[in-house]
Amino acid sequence: MQLQNSTRRYGAISIAIHWLMALGIIGLFGLGLWMSGLSYYDPWYKQGPFIHKSIGLILLALLVFRFFWRLANARPADAPSLKPWEKSSSHLVHWLLYGLMLTTMIAGYLISTADGRSISVFNWFEVPALISGLPEQEDIAGEIHEILAWAIVAVAGLHALAALKHHFLDRDNTLKKMLGGE
Amino acid sequence: MKRVLPTLLLAMLGLNSPLHAADYTIDTKDAHAFIQFKIKHLGYSWLYGRFNTFDGSFSYDPSKPEASKVQVNIDTRSVDSNHAERDKHLRREDFLFVEKFPTATFTSKKVTVAADGSMTLTGDLTLRGVTKELVIDVDKVGEGKDYWGGYRAGFTGTTEFKLKDFGIPMNLGPASEVVEMTLDIEGIRN
Repeated sequence: MQLQNSTRRYGAISIAIHWLMALGIIGLFGLGLWMSGLSYYDPWYKQGPFIHKSIGLILLALLVFRFFWRLANARPADAPSLKPWEKSSSHLVHWLLYGLMLTTMIAGYLISTADGRSISVFNWFEVPALISGLPEQEDIAGEIHEILAWAIVAVAGLHALAALKHHFLDRDNTLKKMLGGE
Repeated sequence: MKRVLPTLLLAMLGLNSPLHAADYTIDTKDAHAFIQFKIKHLGYSWLYGRFNTFDGSFSYDPSKPEASKVQVNIDTRSVDSNHAERDKHLRREDFLFVEKFPTATFTSKKVTVAADGSMTLTGDLTLRGVTKELVIDVDKVGEGKDYWGGYRAGFTGTTEFKLKDFGIPMNLGPASEVVEMTLDIEGIRN
């Protein structure tokens, strides 16, 4: 499989990013939901958020790369059987997901950096605070982070259902393309 | 007469110490008042925090301190323990639940004065929707003219209570059930 996309199929980089981020986002959602209910004396009370933030920042970097990769690459053609509304709504959902992911990740970053503290990524390096000290920053960013995380799961669920519909009902190549097929 | 006249003049100008109870506004504008708390972390160390936004007033007469009154309103959203993530948690339902209870108040009811001049202030603290009687040990730090035409009096007080007493549900462990508060207030005479 080639690395770059062609007009007929996705390259290895696009496919890898798609599935890595899908896995990462679902994992972060579950981890985030679970860890925010932990008691203070739970062994995961510190470790859970540490992993959540580390993976979140890696996914943010991956998302930025993904954006440029998408712009620099061809886009495989949609299945010919797709109706115009299916094309436009699928594009809308894709960009909505990019936007939601970006906003959620930035909001998460703004919670932890609200007092100027940096965020450690697996103790490999620190991501410094860029914006801190806004009024009620950690609370507002926290609300946005939580609400948009639920929105991502809802929209991604729609995205997944649509892919399954194309695969099993329409029997076109929409899902297969994201698995490396034509 | 030589000594009486200046005193008389000062009294007329209202610059000497008050002869009867005077009303003071707590100087939060220029932050000469502090509401701080400390609680043990794991039983191994003390964690400090404070409330940055509050206002209040008191009346005080040095010749009749038992007639003193004090009233303080605290904006619970302003809790600050020097860590945004922790402060965010402190504002949530687990602790102060500021969305529902944005204000805590203390209103004094009774003052008793010990032989050494230290005072015991009994009043009602309303915190997280719960009102309970609280006793604060108070010492006067000092009073007198300031350098800008005003008159000030300052006190320091300490008290403690169990988090549970005010319905704070978070369990921080057996070493951290009690929070100690230190209240330092300076008032400017009205």
